[in-house]
Amino acid sequence: MLLLGDMMEKKKYEEIVNKHKPTETRGQNAFIAFVTGGIIGVIGQVLTECYASWFDISSKDASTFMLVTLIFLASLFTALGFFDKWVTFCKCGLIIPITGFAHSMTSAGIEYKKEGPIFGLGSNIFKLAGSVILYGVVSAWFFGILRLIIMGG
Amino acid sequence: MIYINSFLFCGLICLIGQVILDNTKLSAGHITAIFVVVGSFLDTFSIYDQIINHVGAGALVPITSFGHSLIHGALAKASDMGFMGIMMGMFDLTASGITAAIVFTFIFTLFFKARN
Repeated sequence: MLLLGDMMEKKKYEEIVNKHKPTETRGQNAFIAFVTGGIIGVIGQVLTECYASWFDISSKDASTFMLVTLIFLASLFTALGFFDKWVTFCKCGLIIPITGFAHSMTSAGIEYKKEGPIFGLGSNIFKLAGSVILYGVVSAWFFGILRLIIMGG
Repeated sequence: MIYINSFLFCGLICLIGQVILDNTKLSAGHITAIFVVVGSFLDTFSIYDQIINHVGAGALVPITSFGHSLIHGALAKASDMGFMGIMMGMFDLTASGITAAIVFTFIFTLFFKARN
């Protein structure tokens, strides 16, 4: 009887914990992702305008410079080791922007480096980023043909 | 104003990603792949171009712009070359990003070690 009561207590306790814990962290996670993602967007906009005025180029070229800068920073910070902590804290706030693409490549590269230059680094560098390229290219090819057929270019 | 738009749009995309990540069994890899497909789908009928006009770099930073750039380059080439142009121009606009990621990754992996 005591054991049953104990189990009931435990079940009730777990129910209460499950009811309260995930929703709170979910909301928090979503908020952090929103803020960090937004900050990266603003950094991108600021960099684009800075490059456009410094180098006297169009904003379209400046946005390419901006993307390369973000990729460089994400790659460097991943190699230095503290970007992983940021990603575990911000999650999608850093994974969805282009920084996540660079992070996945550099972290895969550093992790598999010890297995050699060909079968380690070479074949694993796109381990995580490969899905982005594969599905991006396939969908772009498919939708491109669709648009050519429907709208004629 | 464009800064606020950038913040809101890029934040919103990340928020959607985080909500999907927390509430479904999909991993981060699934979500980035889905977002790239969504980006290329939105650009099929030039919707993403309109978004970029309004929010600036906020729309270029998320991974959705990768899909957008892929199909944008492909369609630009396809207007000259027809169906073969889709394959010829696919990486025209994303080349800088992919090349930068590969080169920087290679350089940094030469100098840094894994730390566990």
